[in-house]
Parts: sequence; structure tokens; C-alpha cells
Amino acid sequence: MSGIINEIEHVVIKFAGDSGDGIQLTGSQFTTNTALRGNDLSTFPDFPAEIRAPLGTLPGVSGFQLHFSSNSVYTPGDDCDVLVAMNAAALKVNLKSIKKGGTIIVNTDGFDSKNLRLANYADDDNPLNNNSLESYTVHKIDVTKLTREALAESTLGVKEKDRAKNMFVLGFLYWMYDRDLASTKRFLEEKFGKKPDLFDSNIKALQAGYNFGDTTELFSTRYTVAKAVVKAGVYRSITGNSAISLGLVTAAQKSGLQLFLGSYPITPASDILHDLSKYKNFNVITFQAEDEIAAITSSIGASYGGSLGITTTSGPGMALKAEAMGLAMMLEIPLVIINIQRGGPSTGLPTKTEQSDLMQAYYGRNGECPIPIISASSPSDCFYVAIEACRISIEHMTPVILLSDGFIANGAEPWKFPSASDIVEIKVTFKKSLDEGEEKFLPYLRDEKLVRPWSIPGYAGLEHRIGGLEKQDITGNVSYDADNHEHMVKTRQAKVDMIANYIPEQEINLGADSGDILILGWGSTSGVITTVVQKLIKEGHSISHCHLRYIRPFPKNLGNIFKRFKKVIIPEINNGQLVKIIRDLYLVDAIAYNKIKGNPITQAELEGFIMTHTGK
Amino acid sequence: MSTLTAKDFVTDQEVRWCPGCGDYSILKQVQTVLPTLGIPRENIAIISGIGCSSRFPYYMNTYGMHSIHGRATAIASGLKASRPDLSVWIVTGDGDSMSIGGNHLIHLLRRNFNVQILLFNNQIYGLTKGQYSPTSEENKITKSTPFGSLDHPFNPGALALGADATFIARSMDRDPKHLQEMLRRSHAHQGTSFLEIYQNCNIFNDMAFEVFTEKGSKPEEAVFVEHGKPLLFGANQDKGIRLDGFKPQVVSMSDYSADDLWIHDEKDIYKAQILTRLFDNPTSDNHLPRPFGVFYAIDRPCYEEQLHAQVAHALSVKGKGDLDKLIAGNETWTVL
Ligand SMILES: Cc1ncc(C[n+]2csc(CCOP(=O)(O)OP(=O)(O)O)c2C)c(N)n1
Ligand code: SF4
Ligand SMILES: [Mg+2]
Repeated sequence: MSGIINEIEHVVIKFAGDSGDGIQLTGSQFTTNTALRGNDLSTFPDFPAEIRAPLGTLPGVSGFQLHFSSNSVYTPGDDCDVLVAMNAAALKVNLKSIKKGGTIIVNTDGFDSKNLRLANYADDDNPLNNNSLESYTVHKIDVTKLTREALAESTLGVKEKDRAKNMFVLGFLYWMYDRDLASTKRFLEEKFGKKPDLFDSNIKALQAGYNFGDTTELFSTRYTVAKAVVKAGVYRSITGNSAISLGLVTAAQKSGLQLFLGSYPITPASDILHDLSKYKNFNVITFQAEDEIAAITSSIGASYGGSLGITTTSGPGMALKAEAMGLAMMLEIPLVIINIQRGGPSTGLPTKTEQSDLMQAYYGRNGECPIPIISASSPSDCFYVAIEACRISIEHMTPVILLSDGFIANGAEPWKFPSASDIVEIKVTFKKSLDEGEEKFLPYLRDEKLVRPWSIPGYAGLEHRIGGLEKQDITGNVSYDADNHEHMVKTRQAKVDMIANYIPEQEINLGADSGDILILGWGSTSGVITTVVQKLIKEGHSISHCHLRYIRPFPKNLGNIFKRFKKVIIPEINNGQLVKIIRDLYLVDAIAYNKIKGNPITQAELEGFIMTHTGK
Repeated sequence: MSTLTAKDFVTDQEVRWCPGCGDYSILKQVQTVLPTLGIPRENIAIISGIGCSSRFPYYMNTYGMHSIHGRATAIASGLKASRPDLSVWIVTGDGDSMSIGGNHLIHLLRRNFNVQILLFNNQIYGLTKGQYSPTSEENKITKSTPFGSLDHPFNPGALALGADATFIARSMDRDPKHLQEMLRRSHAHQGTSFLEIYQNCNIFNDMAFEVFTEKGSKPEEAVFVEHGKPLLFGANQDKGIRLDGFKPQVVSMSDYSADDLWIHDEKDIYKAQILTRLFDNPTSDNHLPRPFGVFYAIDRPCYEEQLHAQVAHALSVKGKGDLDKLIAGNETWTVL
């Protein structure tokens, strides 16, 4: 076997090519392999909105970035150590984010005159032939030719043979990072088991890529990243959307309820619908509705009937669901509304990430319509947050909005998953009959949590009517009485505020519990804030990090935390949303740091901003 | 169950429709028919949208939801999908079901959940005080159309047939016996029953259906269809409708015998296309009478049946889901 194996601490690698090149698949295969190897990791898939954008063009470039390490990893990394560029456009789009001295692996066939032209390179200006890549180590491989040669005996057509190019590249990288091919072989067997010639060609290309590294003298060094030192236990790799699906099924099982998902396909939320539709043997019903309004209202119907009603969507769908959310709030029945946020407004940037809809979730309905909001901060966190959303919804008889985003939804990380028995039960009590001494059913009689009973059709003696018109306190009958309306508005608000008594207090996630700077985050900025604050603490700065899971109501002690810091900085991937709510509720002069470019905040960007406030 | 009476379906809420409104009669007929259907009262859920008609659930002592404008059909779909054991009735207006809720209506019909739709068609927006609706006739003068409406109206039966409804019927508030019969038929049908009920809004669109409902004109203007029977009408059943190819024509029974007439067949989709198209303006020359009764009734599997069959199949093939296995997924690794 050729090549010396160097041990390194971490690698950021990016796969880039046409969206039809199988980049996402290559990336996720490499991720699984890396996870099985025991490295800590974080990924960032980044793809164009068009399914098959014009081949070879700049807007058609699809990317998959993976950061893996022998230490803890919280972000997919800023700039990459290694770029795999399948064509000229992929190189051009990503050149600015390769570290100086980094490695570029190119498919030379993707740099012919046609590809150069499509990538807006002048004809005589092939970057592989001039000196523009001098500061990088460039490996030129004619992947197309080598793949075809490897498949010379196959009866497949050229087009189909070329589709195995990504496997060649993957095999080569497995060699470069001293990996075992088994996980991808298993994957191919599952995917192409019934199509022997496709299975054969993919396996052959994978092996050929590996052998190419092994036998060619061109490559002298290989790298290995030691296992990360992490807590003992059993791990798997998880994306945010899969974690939400698993969390929802878990919540349904833990509450003993049938799960009903009403949904209308929309990027980046559709995968949850796809996942849940497979889990029928877990008492899961999925309903692909005709639009988002039917998606949420069918879920309301299901919750009314005693199921755990869920609806999943993204920003534009949230806009359509607004009126029905108000109905659910008035009916005071459980319902979980999941928004996998994307770049807005309108259709906006459907495949890009943004913390776009906090204001919409908080304020975006007619009338006084408080709905609890909970947010996920990493792919695996989605599992726990989904369960928590269901718990609050059921135990407090209220719709709950769960916010995730495209970055978390598609990103992956290793997860030391719990055993089902570790998850606490969710208590459901249906009202099934009149209690002793109760003469008439009072649907809006509240308990100490201000929660009304969950009464579902099918029980004699409890027949009653509910609806969206204002209700008389206690009886739930229609009422237009002025004082009653004010009382009911205040009561519904108090009920939501009271949830603060049933959620944990806010912890300081990193750093001392008082000091100069508090970085307050929510959602997918968790990783980058953690990385930067860790570094700044090491360098001696007085800085701490709080990351919110509960946004409505906020944890009870949040206001107190603010008092213990001189400055509060709120980084968000939007034009400043949480910061406005915090300023409003706590009268804190919080400082906004915003990025609205459809991708996550990088470490360098955040650190740079914080340094302008450290006074050092 | 048989001990239930209409009284058991009355609530303590004061009925707030305008005096003389056709909704009263419909409420009465529903309260009369429901106790005779053998459904436990607690298993009945009435879901409505928004409109005068949609206040209906408040007056019915069953489970009920007065929801939001246009969405009763979608709410009912989710309820029936998750609770096939319930008897689900949808109450909706012409605006509620065909304007704001038009999308959900057609999708409910094609999916064929086993629910009943009672469409109170008064050809006007009652609750918002008298704007024209998607069933109002052309050139209608209303508050929002002082120069006459330009919209061409929907023909509800044809719309339902176009959406592949499995049961389509029409009745009227002023004919209690017929309405009761249509309610029974709607309930008996396995699948979505689309029952359009002509309902007089005496405040904003009084007499809209007068020609069909009033004694003097009803026999000439309304033809009541029954499965297997010829299409006869007229004060002395002296007129009939026969098919000349695909074209219906009115004939005098002095020239034709019953055997020559169009014999109604509820299962014939081609005839149903023609029947639902008998929608002439009753003021036009040589118009055909308006049909009432069950136009079309066929069997097609219900959505919720098939849905739960899929669940049962998944359970029989895969067994009851193992949560630990699901959470672990296909690839795991152990860190010591
Ligand atoms: C989203 C929304 N838009 C508009 C309205 C106002 N609105 C209430 S009922 C109605 C029309 C009712 O007409 P129809 O469905 O024919 O019922 P009817 O009152 O005639 O029985 C309208 C426009 C509303 N309640 N909600
Ligand atoms: S406005 Fe018309 S439809 Fe509404 S209650 Fe009055 S009469 Fe009936
Ligand atoms: Mg109307």
C-alpha cells in the first residue's frame, strides 16, 4: 500500500459539482463513513433551488461541506481544507472559501472548453493550466475517463456509466482518509440490490477510485483523523428533519396517541412528511393535503378527535396557516406546527437557510393570539425539542410552534441517542364522563394551569360545541360580552405565560454567570456561538453564551441573567428579530449582529463582530 | 338508541337566524331524521365553516365545531381520517363551500371520505349582509354589484360530478318530506354525500327559489327523480322528459308513454352528466324543469377505509413498531 499516513486533528472538506453529479449522496456517504469511524462531525449541504439547474453553470453548483475532527465539532467549518470540484463552475463558486495552502481535487473532464465557457472562464484561461491555483495543492484526475475504463466491460450505456463518477471520487477519498468501504457497499446493496448492473457499476467505480489512490504514485500522503474523545455509548448520525420525525413518533408513543400529520410538500420541510409516511406501524397517519390550509385544518380535525395533530411546513406555508392557528388557539386543543425556516420573504431563497420567521411566529396572527414557541439548536436537538413541543401542547392544551431551519434540517451530526425508556411519558387525560357532583359539562372550566379539559367525540353526556367565536368563560358558549372578551384575552395570555412554571430555567451554556458580554442565541447559530465563545474564553475574555430553547414564554430567570452582563449581543441569521422581542420585553439595550445571506454565520464573522465590542 | 327523539338534539342555545329563514326548516328536518338513523348521539360530530348556515352546530345537541370560513371540509377530513368510527356531518354555505372553500370541497369529493355535506345554498352571502355569491345568477344586483354581477354562477351538482363525487343530490327547505328522505339517503351512502339544499334567505335574497318551491309553479318547474322511474312532472304528471340522443326534451304524456321517457339511473355517470346539467334559467323560453332527488350514487372505496387498511397491512407485515429500533436507525457505532 502506498503513501505515508499522517495523523491530523480535523478536516473541512467540501464536495461540489452539478446538482446532477450526486454530490449530496457522495457527501452523506462520506459522512456516514466518518461517523462510523468515530470522529465528531457537522455537515452543511447547500444546493440550488432548481432540481436540475443548467449543467455546468454557476447557479447549478451543489455543495456538501463536512467538518470532522478528533475533538468536539460544533459547526461545518468556515473555509475548507479540501475542495473536490467536479467541474469548472464548482471551482469558481468555491475558490474563495478554500484555505490558502489547501488541497483541490478536480475532475479534469469538467474543465473542457464547454465547461469553462459555462463557468464564465475565458477560453484560454483554464485555471488548471495557468498559475492561478499556485497557492493550493491541486490533484488533477480525469474521473470521467477512469470511471469509463473501470466499467469497460459493463453493458451499461455511457450516460449510465458516467453516473458512477461520484463513486470513483468517493473511493479515492476513502483511500486518502484511510477508510473502509463497507458502509457504502452496504448502502449500494440496499439501493441497487434489485438492479445488478447498476450495483456492479457503482461498486466497481468505488473500488477503482480506491485502487487508483493506492496504486498511483501521484499521491504520496494519506491522512487519518483519530477517534474523537466523546462520552461512551452507542451513536448514530442524524439530520434535523429525521430527528424531528423520530421525536414526533416518540412523543406519540409516550402519550399513547395516534399521530396525525397533515402536510403539504415544501422545501426544506418535506422530508418529515416522507419519513413519517413510512412509520405506519407506529400508529402514524400522514395526510398530504391539497394546500397548507387543509394541512393544518385537517390536523385540527384530528386533534379534535383525540389524535396528536401535527403540521409541518416552511415560511410561505406558515403564512397560509395563520388563520387556522388562531382557531386552534381559541379551541384550546393540542396541535404542533413545525416551521423549517428558509430564506424569505415570499418564495425567497427556498433552499437556503435563514432564521426568517420568528416575528411571524410571535406576532403573525389576527387578534391577541399567543402561541408558545420552541426552537431547535442542532440536528440532534430536534429530537428532544419535538418531544417537548408535543408535551407542552398536550399538557397545556395549546397549539405550539416549533422553529427549525434549513441548516439544521439537512445538516448531520453524531448523536448518542437515548433509549426509549429514558424518555418520560406524556400524560393525557381525556374527559370521558361527568365527575361526581358535576351536573353539566363545562368545556372551558380551567384547572390550576388554566388548562381546559380535552373532550373528544364519542363520550355520552359530554356533547358540546366549540368554535372560533369568542366564548363565555367556563361554559364555552358564544359570548359578545365586552368584559368577558377582555377577561378571555387575558386568560389565554396568562395560560401561555404560565407555561414558564413548567419549563426549566435558562442556563448559561458557556462561561461565567456574570461578566462583560453575554451572547444570546436561538436556533441554528448555537454551533458557531459555542465555537467562538469557547475560543474567546480561552483567550481570557469575559464572555458567556446563553442559548434559548423556549422563546414563548421565555424562561423565568432570563431577565435576571441580562442584569449580570454589561453587554448583550444577539447574533441572528435575519434582519434582527429576537433582538426586537428582547428589547421590548426586558428593556435591554441588546446589540444585534445580523447576516442575511442564506448561509450560516461563520466563526470569523462572529468573532470579528464580537471583538469590536470587547474594548480590548 | 331508538329511544332518542328530535328533542334530544335540541340545545339550550337560542336560535338566532332571522325569523322566516329557510335554515329553521333544515334544522328541524335534521333533528327529525338523526334520531331515526341508529347512531349513538355521542358519535355524531357536526363541523361547519362560517356563515349564517354555519351556526348550525350550536343548535344541535351533538359534538360540533363552528370553525373558520371555508375549512369545514378539511377539518372534517382530518377528523374522519383519524376517527372513522364517528358520523361526520359538514354544514356549509354556498360561499363557504364554493368560494373560499372551493379547493377543499373538490378534494374532499375526489377522496371520498364517508361524510355528509349539507350545502345550504341561498345564492347569497347572508352573514356579511347580502353580497352576491358564486351561485348567484348573472346580473344580480347586490350591495357589491350595484350594476349587476358579472360572474357566471357555479352549477353545484355539475361541479361535484366534475370532482368525481360519488353521491350528488338536491332538495329544498320548503319540502320537509323530500328533505328528510334526502338526508336519510345521504347518511346511507358510503362515501362523501353531496346534498345541495335550496334555502331561502328572506332578508337578502327572498324568493330566489320561489318557482321551485311554491305550490303554483313547483309542479311545472321541479322534476323529482327516483331511481328506476321515468322523469315525469307537471300538475297532473302530464309531462315527461325523454332523451333524444344526448339531448333532453320535454314531451307531453298525451303523445308518449312512460316507457318512452328517460328512466332515471343513479349509477349511470353519463346520464348524471346530463341530469346535473338541467340548470336552465326558469325565466327563459322553452326551459327544462330543475331536477331534485338523488342524481348520482355509486360505490367507490372510502379514503379512511383504505388509509386504515394500509396501517393494518403495515402492522401485519412489520409488526408493532419498536421505538428503540426506530431511534437507532440502520447504522450505529459504539464508543467505549
Ligand atoms: C377569512 C374570512 N373571510 C371573510 C369572512 C366574512 N364572511 C363570513 S361568512 C361569509 C359569506 C357567507 O356566505 P355563505 O357561505 O353563503 O353563508 P350564508 O351566510 O349565506 O349561510 C363571509 C364572506 C370571514 N368570516 N372569514
Ligand atoms: S340573513 Fe338570510 S340566511 Fe342569514 S339568517 Fe337571515 S334569512 Fe337566514
Ligand atoms: Mg349563502
